[in-house]
Amino acid sequence: MSQTVIAGPIAAARSKPNSGAFGDKLFAAVAVSAGVLVLVILGAIIVSLFIGGLPSFRAFGIGFLWQSDWDPVQEIYGAAVPIFGTIVTSVLALILAVPLAFGIAFYLTELAPPTVRRIVGTAIELLAAVPSIIYGMWGFFVIVPLMATYIEPHVIDTLDGIPVLENLFAGPPFGTGLFTAALILAVMVIPFIAATMRDVFLTVPAVYKESAYGVGCTTWEVVRSVVLPYTRTSVVGGIMLGLGRALGETMAVTFVIGNTNRITANLFGSGNTIASLVALEFGESQNGSLKLSSLLALGFILFVISFIVLAISRLLLRPRAAAGAKA
Amino acid sequence: MSATTIGGGMTAPARDPRVAGLLSRRRQRANLAVKALCIAATVVGLVVLASILFTLIRLGIGGLRLSVFTRMTMPAGDNGGLLNPIVGSLIQTGIGTLIGTPIGIMVGTYLSEYARNSVLGNAVRFVSDVLLSAPSILIGLFIYQVFVNGRGYSGIAGALSLAVIMIPIVVRTTEDMLRLIPTALREAAVALGAPKWKAIVLICYRAALDGIATGVLLAIARVAGETAPLLFTSLGNDNWSIDLTKPMASLPLAIYKYAGSPADDWVQLAWVGAMLITFGVLALNIIARVAIRPRR
Repeated sequence: MSQTVIAGPIAAARSKPNSGAFGDKLFAAVAVSAGVLVLVILGAIIVSLFIGGLPSFRAFGIGFLWQSDWDPVQEIYGAAVPIFGTIVTSVLALILAVPLAFGIAFYLTELAPPTVRRIVGTAIELLAAVPSIIYGMWGFFVIVPLMATYIEPHVIDTLDGIPVLENLFAGPPFGTGLFTAALILAVMVIPFIAATMRDVFLTVPAVYKESAYGVGCTTWEVVRSVVLPYTRTSVVGGIMLGLGRALGETMAVTFVIGNTNRITANLFGSGNTIASLVALEFGESQNGSLKLSSLLALGFILFVISFIVLAISRLLLRPRAAAGAKA
Repeated sequence: MSATTIGGGMTAPARDPRVAGLLSRRRQRANLAVKALCIAATVVGLVVLASILFTLIRLGIGGLRLSVFTRMTMPAGDNGGLLNPIVGSLIQTGIGTLIGTPIGIMVGTYLSEYARNSVLGNAVRFVSDVLLSAPSILIGLFIYQVFVNGRGYSGIAGALSLAVIMIPIVVRTTEDMLRLIPTALREAAVALGAPKWKAIVLICYRAALDGIATGVLLAIARVAGETAPLLFTSLGNDNWSIDLTKPMASLPLAIYKYAGSPADDWVQLAWVGAMLITFGVLALNIIARVAIRPRR
């Protein structure tokens, strides 16, 4: 008896999925193709940059990587200088940014009262939203004069006579150069590293921290001995994310790096990066020229480097994030 | 130090009270020093933000006149405005959003509703997350290679490059927001006989609407200030043009061109443009954050 009562609505429901079956299939197909499209975009980026760079790779071979000339007159192009500039500025930027980002994350998770935490946290995140070109203008009109008048002459004078450092921090005190570019890059990646660190610090189970406080640890000791070891992998992932961001940053660097194609050990000297060279020289390149091909080849190299760095960052950030979500 | 080190920087209390006192003071001092440094680091971050905003207002406000919005870009000294770059930016960002948002939402839907643990789903999620931070200049080169090369620079190419940059941002927020929706809600919809797609569109999207909208707003804010990809796609244009197949002006490109010029009125216009775009982008960010806050 009760069977028939239930059978009514079930039968009705059965007929409905049939009418929705086509919609379901269509929607699923659209969703899957959208997902596949993302993979296609990645493949297309790699392939299109490689094909574009092919004439250059053919002309210079693998030597393109360590050839340091960039001579449009004689049509000799090499990637050594921009690769050097890209790596030096990005690594230097991380050296400057990581301690500051850690300090901000420490402050936001352990020290700040909740209201301050929300406001300051938002302000730091807004720093990440400021467009790249604005950092370039700010760097060029505010930081460069500051570096030229106060910081660089002072540093050069102070370090004069100290081996290694004397050479490292040398160069014309024009304010532009590798160090200034690294400084601007550092400011730009701080919000990304700080936000990642803050988020992973918050995944540390309160019991661990409370136990450490319970045996008399100070805040610093808790962070150093409990929070950092617990989040080590993700912290490195966050730093790699910052590195990935710094490697491809274009407009800000273009404004302040000085844009000369030479390798120098002087951090105050000018240089270039892959992204800044491509942005500057692209407009002067003829369609189909070897120069354009070399720029695309540089783009291909930059994509490979950033992809590896960002992929490592993802892999490091993933397991702990999953564990944190469970906890 | 007479105290035994346990490791990881923790020290056992010493028996001698004088040593213990010294040690305790040392630890307190280290703690205070680190706290002070952390506060200093935070202040540095805030000072940078304040300095950027202050610089923009100081150098931009003086040039903010009605003519900026009503006159087109002109040769230096001719009292030009930013009308065509502003309109060009709006058009390219708008079309980029129209292309990028549906794709991004569908990818996010795929990851959350269809491929939670599939190999393809994990690959898509991984690649999307990597593209999220990929250098935007390379997106520009990519669009140049497949779309501009041979056909010429165009506004639609600029919009496409912005769309490619937007997709991963929308994907991330859409997936995150859809995952927050309780499975019971989906089950309830399906139990009532709704096909899966209706459950997703009518139930899940509606429940996740403000989260998805936040993602779209953040994506718009991100691409509105993008300069590098437009260099190779829409090129910029000093004349009035809303033809999508022709080179199109945009605010970031105008700022880039004017900021480096020797003409004072062009530099002034660059600052006005920079101020407009930065405060626009920051306002979008704040709106997006306020919109999502009540949910959490």
